[in-house]
Amino acid sequence: MSATTAMPASRLRRRIRRYGLAWAGGAIVLAWILVAIFAPWLAPYPPEAQEITARLEPPSAAHWLGTDILGRDVYSRLLHGSRVSLFAGFSVVIIGATIGTAVGILAAWLRGIGEEALMRFTDLVLCFPPIILALALAAALGIGTTNTIIAMLAVWWPKFARLARSLAIVQRSQEYVEAATVLGLPQRRILLRHVLPNTFGPIAVLCTLDLGIAILTFAGLSFLGLGVVPPTPEWGSMIAEGRELVEQWWVATFPGIAILSVVVGFNFMGDGLRDWLDPKAQSR
Amino acid sequence: MLRYIAIRLVSAVVMALLASLVIFLISNFVPGDPVLAQLGDILASDPAVVAQWRAKWGLDLPLWDRYWIFLQGLLHGDLGTSIATRRPVLNDIAQFAPATIELATVSFMLTLVIGVPLGVAAAVWRDSIVDAVARAVSLLGVSAPTFWLAFIVLAIFYGWLDWAPGPGRLDPIAFAPEGGTGFFLWDSARAGDWETFHDALAHLVLPSIVLAAATLGLVTRTTRAAMLECLHQDYVRVARAKGLGERAVVLRHALRNALVPVVTLGGLAYANLLTGAVMTETIFAWPGLGRYTFSSAAALDFPAIMGITLIVSATYLIVNLLVDLSYALLDPRVRR
Repeated sequence: MSATTAMPASRLRRRIRRYGLAWAGGAIVLAWILVAIFAPWLAPYPPEAQEITARLEPPSAAHWLGTDILGRDVYSRLLHGSRVSLFAGFSVVIIGATIGTAVGILAAWLRGIGEEALMRFTDLVLCFPPIILALALAAALGIGTTNTIIAMLAVWWPKFARLARSLAIVQRSQEYVEAATVLGLPQRRILLRHVLPNTFGPIAVLCTLDLGIAILTFAGLSFLGLGVVPPTPEWGSMIAEGRELVEQWWVATFPGIAILSVVVGFNFMGDGLRDWLDPKAQSR
Repeated sequence: MLRYIAIRLVSAVVMALLASLVIFLISNFVPGDPVLAQLGDILASDPAVVAQWRAKWGLDLPLWDRYWIFLQGLLHGDLGTSIATRRPVLNDIAQFAPATIELATVSFMLTLVIGVPLGVAAAVWRDSIVDAVARAVSLLGVSAPTFWLAFIVLAIFYGWLDWAPGPGRLDPIAFAPEGGTGFFLWDSARAGDWETFHDALAHLVLPSIVLAAATLGLVTRTTRAAMLECLHQDYVRVARAKGLGERAVVLRHALRNALVPVVTLGGLAYANLLTGAVMTETIFAWPGLGRYTFSSAAALDFPAIMGITLIVSATYLIVNLLVDLSYALLDPRVRR
C-alpha cells in the first residue's frame, strides 16, 4: 500500500525538480540577455576606462569584482563581455542550424546520388578535428568577432545536417506525406509546410544545448587570442589576461564563473526542453 | 568480417586524403599570406626577396602541382617541411606526439575509472546523494571552460596549497629520462629511475584532471542513462526473479549491455582528448601536439597544419573503426 502511494509522490517530486531546473536555466539565460542589452546602464564604469592608480585592486565597494592590470573595472567589463559572448553564441548556432537543416532536408529530398554526395561531404567536414580547422581558419582570416564566427560556422553546420536528414527521412515515409503527394501537392510545399515543421522539436533541443558549447568554443578561441580585438571586453580574453595572475585571482576567476553560469543555464533549458518534447524520456 | 574491415580501412584512407585536400584548398584561398607572416614587414616589402622565398617553398607553382608534390611526398612518408620550424613536419609530429599521447591516455583512464563507476552508482541509487554528486560532476565537467578550470586548479593546488608541481612535464632542472621514446613514464620506469617517474607522474596530475573534465561529464551522464535503461529491461527482472544477487544483476547483466553506448562515446572521447589538448597544453606549457597545432595555426604554417590534420583525422577514423569492431565483442548480435 505504501509503495503505491509513494510512487506518484516521488514521480511528482522528480517532475517538479526537472522542470524547476529548466525554469532556473531559463531565468539565468534571460538575466544574461537583459544584462547584455542594458550593460551600458548597469555597469558602474565604462569598460575601457583605465585607472592607472588603481591597478589590480581586490574586490571592494568601489570595484565590486576588483580591477585588472590596466586598472579597468572587472565588474563593468564582465557585464559588457556578455554582449560579445551571447552574440557569438546565438549567431553561430542560428546560422549553423539554418545551413545544416537546409542541407539535411535537401539531402533527404534529393535522395539517390545527390543525397549521397551531400552526406559524404557532411561526413568529411565532421571527420575534421573541429578545433584545428577553426584555429586554422580563424588565424587565416584574422582576429575579430566576425571572422571567428565564420570560422566556427565552417565546422558547426554538419551535426545539424545529420540530425535534420535523419528526422526528414522518418517524416518522408509517414502516411501524411504520401497523402499529400497523392493529393498532388507540389514537393516544395510538402517539404516546407509539412516535413520541416515536424523536424523542429529535436532541432530546437540541439540548438539550446549547442548554445552553451558555442559560447564555450568562442571563449576558447578568444582565450587563444583569436576571438576579439584586444580592448573589447570579452570573457575568454579576460581570462587570458588574468591567467598569470594567481595572487590577483579575481581577474580570471569571475569571467570564468560568468561563462560557467550561462552554459549551465543553456544546459538546464535544453534538458528540460528535451524531456518536455520526448514523453519517453519523461518516465525515467 | 575481414572484408568489412578492409572496406572501412580503404574508406578511412580516402577520407583522410580528402580532409588533407580540403585543408590544402583552404590554405590557398584564405587571405592570410604565410610569406608576410614569416618574413616580417621590412623583408616582405622587397619584391625580390618575396619572389625568391616563394620559389624556395614552391609557392610559385600551380595549385595542382603543389598538391601532387604533397601526395608524392606522402607516399614516401614525407609530410613536407614546416615553414616555422624548418624541419620535416613528420619529425615535429613524432617529437611532440608522445607528450600528448601520454597526457591523453592518463586522462582517458581517469575518465573511465571515475566516470563509469559513478554513472553506475548514480543509476543504481537514483535520486540519492551519489546521484546528485554525479549530476553535479557531469554538469560542471561539460559546462566549465577548460582554460578556466586549468587556471583555477593551478591557482589552488600549485599557487596556494603547493600540493602539485607547476606547468611543464618535469621540474625545470630535471633531465628527460633515457630511453628516447618520449613517453616519460614508460622511459623512466624501464630505466628504473623512480625519482624521474615520480616527477613525471606528479606533473601529469593537474593537466590530466583538467583535460578529463569535459569527457568525464559526458561519460558519467551516458553511463547513468544507459544503466537506467537497462535496469528496466525484462532480462534484468528475469535475473532478479531467478534469485541472482544484486551485484551480479547490476554488473553482469545490466552493465554489460549499458557499455555499448559508453564504448561509442569513449572511443570518440579519446580522439577528442587529442585535440582538446590544445587548450590544456597551452596553459600547462605541455610540449605536445596541441601546443604545436596552436603555434602552427597562429603562424599560418600550412604544411604543419596539413600534416596535423592528416594525422589527427586518420587517428579519428581508426578509433571509429575500432569502436565499431568492439561492438562485436560486446553485442553478439552484430557478429552474425
